[in-house]
Amino acid sequence: MAAKYAYYPGCSLHSTGSEYDVSFRAVCDKLGVGIEEIKGWVCCGTSPAHCTSKLLSLALPYENICLAAKMGVNDLVAPCAACFARLKTAQYEAAEDPKVADQISEALEKPLPESVNILSPLEIFCNGQDISKAVTEELSGLKVVCYYGCLLTRPSKVMQFDECEYPMAMDEILRSVGITTLDWSYKTECCGGALAMTRTDVVLKLTRDILDEAKAVGANAIAVGCPLCHVNLDTRQEEVEAEYGTNYGLPVFYFTQLMALAFGVPADKLGLQKHFISADGLLSAVSPA
Amino acid sequence: MMETNVTSASASPLAEAVLGESGQNVNLCYQCGKCAAGCPVSYAMDYKPVQLIHAIRLGMDDLVLNSKTMWLCASCETCTTRCPQEVDVAKVMDAVKITALRKGIKPAIPQVASFYKAALSNIKICGRMYELGMIMGLKMRTFEFFKDAAMGMKMFRKGKLKMIPSLTGAMRTRRIFRRVKNIEDKNHSTA
Ligand code: SF4
Ligand code: SF4
Repeated sequence: MAAKYAYYPGCSLHSTGSEYDVSFRAVCDKLGVGIEEIKGWVCCGTSPAHCTSKLLSLALPYENICLAAKMGVNDLVAPCAACFARLKTAQYEAAEDPKVADQISEALEKPLPESVNILSPLEIFCNGQDISKAVTEELSGLKVVCYYGCLLTRPSKVMQFDECEYPMAMDEILRSVGITTLDWSYKTECCGGALAMTRTDVVLKLTRDILDEAKAVGANAIAVGCPLCHVNLDTRQEEVEAEYGTNYGLPVFYFTQLMALAFGVPADKLGLQKHFISADGLLSAVSPA
Repeated sequence: MMETNVTSASASPLAEAVLGESGQNVNLCYQCGKCAAGCPVSYAMDYKPVQLIHAIRLGMDDLVLNSKTMWLCASCETCTTRCPQEVDVAKVMDAVKITALRKGIKPAIPQVASFYKAALSNIKICGRMYELGMIMGLKMRTFEFFKDAAMGMKMFRKGKLKMIPSLTGAMRTRRIFRRVKNIEDKNHSTA
């Protein structure tokens, strides 16, 4: 069967966020969602492009939209929240201003395709089949806060994704697979991802605020949908603890890893060993076996 | 006769440049301060977003272009989403950075500009971001050789960093970068 979705992993899912790639594929496999990686995809340009050249920041994502259109599919799925935002922005800007569209097309030396829907996996899993049917494992001991970060929902006129200040898509997905998610006020606060390489001091402060709040509402884990957020919350968590004399020990999962665990995919197939904060203790404590 | 319509006459050259670069009219701002209130990085900025917008309107070009504010902006889009006047403040931040770079002004936070350069040259040459190469490139520019070294080693041991760049699409990204530059140069000389 031909794949329904053209899959754009983006650079992070091929390197620092490979667990997101592996677990997204595992979930699609369990749910029978057909995805096919776009051959020859290129980097979306991310913030260095839009901070220095508007046209470059639109042309790079469009190159990938063109490649997806050539595969003959209508839907493109981009799990990385940052890539998702750049792809949606490129499409939005081109639709808003025909002059911009002409310049993108001139830069890429090809016409821009008409209708390709750009989707986050959250939208696919939220709006599709009843995912609770695939659940085999009981994970009700997990108390998770869903951290959406900046780019899934903002700016709302471009992203058109859920409620921009208080989204629920990830909460609903995890609740339908039997995981408790908690209300908290830091769902869409910024972790400073764009400054990760340059102003660590800012990143450590913003990340501390998020971890503090997660702990304060009684979470024992955090779920994310963005590899840049994951680097800050997981990879830098020990650094935050050292800097501020705090103690969190909060495992940070991609929401797809949690779904896959609920669907019975073994933990060692989901890249959990790549996380800096080990989830072993938590997972053995919550699973009844 | 003196011009009396302050709003339309106060368009500073920088406000014009921002408009040309981003399509954003800072004169729509009515100084409510919402952008600054929600900005996660405003505590570290020398001028809050609301102040930077106002300084652009007042024609305080030197202050704006030498400020740290836009270089600290994390592009989180909170300001843009919340502005009641629909000023896309995040786009204004980008436009001010682009204008400063074009004028050859030394960025107040040079590491951030170095990071953009290192990341873009990496994408151009490799087609996809090759983290190790980008980090090395950044260190050559900033001379911060020991920053995050321990974390980098641990990521490497955990298999989070790739040894070899993929180079898929590298021919195309080089061509796209070149054509974008030509189009921008052309636009700029006719503007
Ligand atoms: S939120 Fe908008 S109107 Fe209010 S101060 Fe900021 S730019 Fe001006
Ligand atoms: S986009 Fe930049 S200026 Fe606006 S709220 Fe976020 S960090 Fe602040």
